[in-house]
Amino acid sequence: MKFPPSFILPFTIGLLFIVSFLIVIVGVWISQLSKIDKSRIIHNIFTRKTLLAVHETFMESLLHRKIFKKNPVLGYMHMSLAFGWFLLIVVGHIEAYQHYQTLSIPIYKTIFMRYFATHQSITLGGKMLAASMDLLLLFVLSGVLLAYYKRFNSRAFGMKKTTQLKTGDRIALAALWFIFPLRFLAESVSAGIHHNGSIISQPTGNFLASFLPVQIFEMPLWWGYSCALGLFFFALPVSRYMHIPVEVVMIFLRNYGIKVQKRIDGFSRIQIYSCSRCGICLDSCQMTHAAIKDTQSVYMLKHLRNRKITDEKLFNCLLCGRCQTDCPVGLELNSLRITQRIESTRDYNSSYEYLRNGKIAISPQTQVIYFAGCMTHLTPAIIKSMKGLFEEAKVQYWFMDEEKTACCGRPLMQIGQYEAAQKLIDNNRERILASGAKKLVVSCPICYKVFKEDYAIPGIVVQHHSEYLLELMANGRLPVNKMNTRVVYHDPCELGRGSGIYHQPRLLLDEYAEVISIKNEKEEAFCCGGSLANTKIQMAERNQIREKAMDEYVRYKPDVLATACPLCKKTFAKSRQLPVHDISEIIYMAIQETKPSKLREEQQLKNTVKI
Amino acid sequence: MKNFGFTVIKQRTIDYDQFDGRLLNEILENEPSFKVCLSCGGCTATCSAGDLVSFNIRRMNLMLRRGETSELENEIQKCMLCGKCQLVCPRGINLRNVIMLIKKNVVKYKSLSK
Repeated sequence: MKFPPSFILPFTIGLLFIVSFLIVIVGVWISQLSKIDKSRIIHNIFTRKTLLAVHETFMESLLHRKIFKKNPVLGYMHMSLAFGWFLLIVVGHIEAYQHYQTLSIPIYKTIFMRYFATHQSITLGGKMLAASMDLLLLFVLSGVLLAYYKRFNSRAFGMKKTTQLKTGDRIALAALWFIFPLRFLAESVSAGIHHNGSIISQPTGNFLASFLPVQIFEMPLWWGYSCALGLFFFALPVSRYMHIPVEVVMIFLRNYGIKVQKRIDGFSRIQIYSCSRCGICLDSCQMTHAAIKDTQSVYMLKHLRNRKITDEKLFNCLLCGRCQTDCPVGLELNSLRITQRIESTRDYNSSYEYLRNGKIAISPQTQVIYFAGCMTHLTPAIIKSMKGLFEEAKVQYWFMDEEKTACCGRPLMQIGQYEAAQKLIDNNRERILASGAKKLVVSCPICYKVFKEDYAIPGIVVQHHSEYLLELMANGRLPVNKMNTRVVYHDPCELGRGSGIYHQPRLLLDEYAEVISIKNEKEEAFCCGGSLANTKIQMAERNQIREKAMDEYVRYKPDVLATACPLCKKTFAKSRQLPVHDISEIIYMAIQETKPSKLREEQQLKNTVKI
Repeated sequence: MKNFGFTVIKQRTIDYDQFDGRLLNEILENEPSFKVCLSCGGCTATCSAGDLVSFNIRRMNLMLRRGETSELENEIQKCMLCGKCQLVCPRGINLRNVIMLIKKNVVKYKSLSK
């Protein structure tokens, strides 16, 4: 038996290593999934969802559609490397089957085909395949060239910042940079010797052979190509390129309905390893406006992967969700951060015994409950307007948290204290249920999100006041008075990206003022910088973030900055660049304009808020 | 202690030999903004938990600075972390971090002192 040449060893050993490593690690992760998640996989594997996952893998992992949307050149670079390499492997195999006329070929004969197949294919099909292989390699090489260029000038690719690399990343990156140029040179040199090249490698080979002793170079180049491949495979587990195989697993599991849980499990690990550290989240993060550059999602995932996360980094995030919107892999970045926060703060959850020991205030029977929220109590103008609007629409309501009411629990949840929050939730739920109400109107998006998602009160509709007022107006219970005030609407994070409410506030505002459409709105909206999710940021840093967002709004020259969140209002109001009003205030003021001045004064006196 | 003929009322004595400043130091190190607290009491006036139960954030500050770690442990559990105190603070102190740091470290220093 004839032994193959020894240069195939680095590649073969590397391939064996990485395949067995991946089988083991993915197996471990899947075994760590909860029982429900495992049954999700079993139930969905033979359904349409698998096809959807295949489609998504093709669109995202190979074509990189989301990166294309962000920046076409960056998208092309990723596509040429991923899709090009994938086609090289597929077409390479077809070419090998066609050449050797058999399906049982050792893999090294396919990968290093131009070394082993020393005679040119004579059939038309063989020629076509060889030519397409050359073109594909050229396609990949164009991506590699762009990658070289990007390392030195990332701005040309629409990225202001790029991630810091670790040793493992550097080795894998260097290997990746060398794989394709070495392959091209090796194939060209072989073509120069054996005349087995195609449209590009043959002329290059002839050219090299015309002035170089190509025989000497042939073996070192094939060795180099094999070593680069082997090195890449060995560096893969410690580099960011782990995302290439793991992302595919993640896409399948996600399509089967698996989500990040409230504890770190196999799927969280899969998501952590799926991060390609592309750095797109760095550009969308507003923390950089305050010169905080080491806590962004990409670095959080890196630290989670190495199990070296500190509280300083974990809690220094506004959880605004901008990175999650922009993430090309579609990772659940906020959930992952909250999950880790739950793990980190598990040992010191409060029990709030006093809520159980103390008498729960009696709930009056009512149809509508108004829950202003802690933050709204610091912006009395909103409460005053809401009281006025309830009166205007002649709604009988119960102002639940006028006094002596527990917090909604969301601020605790944002920093991972789920157990503690549950105690507050139970207390409030009991009071709400006792009132027999059908509707819960909330002024604060932070409360809104938790009432909607975690309270699970049967038979109660939870509405943010923008939804509720829109409903009242549509039913003709609130008069309409369109003023000529120019308004920029700021989407609060918890209401917009957090709960998907973008249109109702705009529809409502449109009836009472002139809403200007701006660049950074809806999913792309800024965070005000006041978020309760961040416990580490300093006031001066919050101010920097706020000013940067405010500067952007001022450019549109509005008369008023409107928002639907008391915390955003309070944060922006400190800026003094623009008057800031909540939606309810704007509507209340517009309605008051329609009335004779004496009545207006009387009503205002009546609704003065106790602070 | 030398007897100078004065009556010593135990509750009003601060014994610096017994002073345990470790928790305070840990917190000042991790949240330096807490150094500028002027004890105005704005935080306490607005507190949501203080509306429901006897709970006084400004007193937490005092307990911390006196090294009364074990008393602090029970008191700090009452906070609901709603963040109102932080928003009214005239010095912009990052109070929620102070509270989380106390919650995290209080057990450690209490058990060490016993």
